[in-house]
Amino acid sequence: MQSKRDLLLKLAGWSTLAATAALLGCGKKEEQAAPARSAPASAAAPKPEPLKIAFAYVGPVGDGGWTFAHDNGRKAVEKEFGDKVVTSFVEKVPEAADAERVFRDMVGQGNKLIFGTTFGYMESMLKVAADSKDVKFEHATGYKQADNMRTYDSRTYEGAYMAGVVAGKMTKSGTLGVVGSIPIPEVIRNINSFTLGAQSSNPKVKVKVVWVNEWFNPPKETEAAQSLINGGADVLMQNTDSSAVLQTAEKNGKYAFGWDSDMTAYGPKAHLASAVINWGPYYVAAVREALDGKWQAGAGKHAWWGVKEGAIDLVSLNEAVPAETREQIDKVRAGLKDGTFSIWKGPILGQDGKEMVKKDEVADDKFLSGINFYVKGVEGKVPSGK
Amino acid sequence: MESIALLIAATLNAGTLLAIAALGLLINERSGLVNLGAEGMMLVAAIAGFATAVHTGSDWLGFAAGMGAGALLAAAFGVLVIWLNTNQYAAGLALSLFGGGFSAFVGINYTQAKLGPRPNFAVPGLADIPFIGPALFRQHPLVYGAIALALWLGWFLYRSRAGLVLRAVGESPESAHALGYPVRRIRLAAVMAGGALCGLAGAYVSVVYTPLWVEGMIAGKGWIALALTTFATWRPARVLLGAYLFGGVTMLQFHLQGQGVEIASQFLSMLPYLATIAVLVLISSNANFIRVNMPASLGKPFYPGS
Repeated sequence: MQSKRDLLLKLAGWSTLAATAALLGCGKKEEQAAPARSAPASAAAPKPEPLKIAFAYVGPVGDGGWTFAHDNGRKAVEKEFGDKVVTSFVEKVPEAADAERVFRDMVGQGNKLIFGTTFGYMESMLKVAADSKDVKFEHATGYKQADNMRTYDSRTYEGAYMAGVVAGKMTKSGTLGVVGSIPIPEVIRNINSFTLGAQSSNPKVKVKVVWVNEWFNPPKETEAAQSLINGGADVLMQNTDSSAVLQTAEKNGKYAFGWDSDMTAYGPKAHLASAVINWGPYYVAAVREALDGKWQAGAGKHAWWGVKEGAIDLVSLNEAVPAETREQIDKVRAGLKDGTFSIWKGPILGQDGKEMVKKDEVADDKFLSGINFYVKGVEGKVPSGK
Repeated sequence: MESIALLIAATLNAGTLLAIAALGLLINERSGLVNLGAEGMMLVAAIAGFATAVHTGSDWLGFAAGMGAGALLAAAFGVLVIWLNTNQYAAGLALSLFGGGFSAFVGINYTQAKLGPRPNFAVPGLADIPFIGPALFRQHPLVYGAIALALWLGWFLYRSRAGLVLRAVGESPESAHALGYPVRRIRLAAVMAGGALCGLAGAYVSVVYTPLWVEGMIAGKGWIALALTTFATWRPARVLLGAYLFGGVTMLQFHLQGQGVEIASQFLSMLPYLATIAVLVLISSNANFIRVNMPASLGKPFYPGS
């Protein structure tokens, strides 16, 4: 008898577990579906069917960084076009096979314009795009296009350069620190641009780099930041996704920057400025093209937007930043806007003193996309480079 | 010299959160139960501790909330596996997954929240000694708390009657039961103590170590603590040593990167795991020793009266 009862109890235990798991699964689904809100349709004159637009995010909207910035872009679209569009999003879509299912679902729900906001969606989007020719696809930070899929990116390195200008001015030790995520050209380009910016306001500045080999790992980011501070760095920059580096600087009485989104709130004293990405202008432009029937895709259709298009900026400067530095930032910003200033204008030297960009030459986008060397002034070696 | 002192200080700090969690799991496993839910308990405790510290302004209440949250989850796990004899591994994994999702859900409104100014600690007198002061005596009280906990646990397990009973329950629950000890209640207490300490470690992460809340912020520390307990052959002193070793190699590899040492950072990232496993396997290489220390009924269900 005893064992039978135990068996029953065991069954009960398992089914409780299963039920919990099922409940959890459902909860998640609803959570994802709930944010799909529609603009209030006015009951007046019959209007053309609104354009249905969907966004796939890799992180939670509340990450305060990358995904948060994309969602601000989505809100800008809603504000600009009102009831001409209906937007929805799905957050925390992993960069794996699941993404394809999400994109197919978005197509099935009648979305005609779909944004995928992380590099890892590339293959999934290509697959779904090939099967859904009447839907327009936009892929952030990728490099593969199709007849109905194009790519877009932001020149984050311009923000890094402006942050560098401030860092060079504010450092007392002459040593800056960067917490790098994964050594790919995008991140190395940011480190180099940060260094070039710092050298423009302080030619003797040195930059130390520590890689955590992850985009998001707050304890590890903290440890990396702490070791940079221990090594004498007094202004930090990060290319990782959380605000841990800024928090560590705040705790140690040093300076740091916000990245992707405005991070002032995370460390009011340590926060020198935030290099923010503003996806709004691009999203608004893309939606306008789609509404006007002017949207085009195909091989080579890649939009790389920066300060010029209002996609990148350095905001929320700390009170401690002197007026002359603010003026310098304004000058850089104005120069990038009207094209009179280029960050990657030669001579730019590699670590060994070799001229990587010749005097008076400006590096083109192809060069920038493949950078795998450090400029002079950065210490250490690029993990993946030579 | 100064950078070495700071390296030591950072090592102690990084090792502490692992040590607290792993010592908790040690108590838990000494009673014969494996709780794979460490990561989930730490995440829920991290948000509970962070939210409490934000609302009350007190870090210590935050720690208490973290401990409470950890103990509560552990109690739920305990009821499932001790009374309902659910599979321990499955229930633990479920707890980890649940903790990850649940903490993200309740933490939605806290991602932008921030704590008050972080206090600095210093042991009066000792903190000003050159080298030793900055290396050892400017730490958060919990750093010393972790050492005290390991010492106390060493005494408790091997020198106290209650510790003997706990070990007996983990070695042979049938014998302990026959002697009249309430095996199930003792196991529940051990699981809850483990949960509370994992919770303390979780709150330490979100309140002291990386004072912020973002979902998934424990980022695998719970799993490392679990592995540490096993590799340290369930001995408190070795758990402490392993935790510092892991923290030390982690900090050392960042230190080396910052110094521009030419080793691939990907290789350096792997080092803490490699070094900790290598050292602990070496000092525990005696198979007999492992057999002696490993709770004999670890992971096995117990049916009283059968």
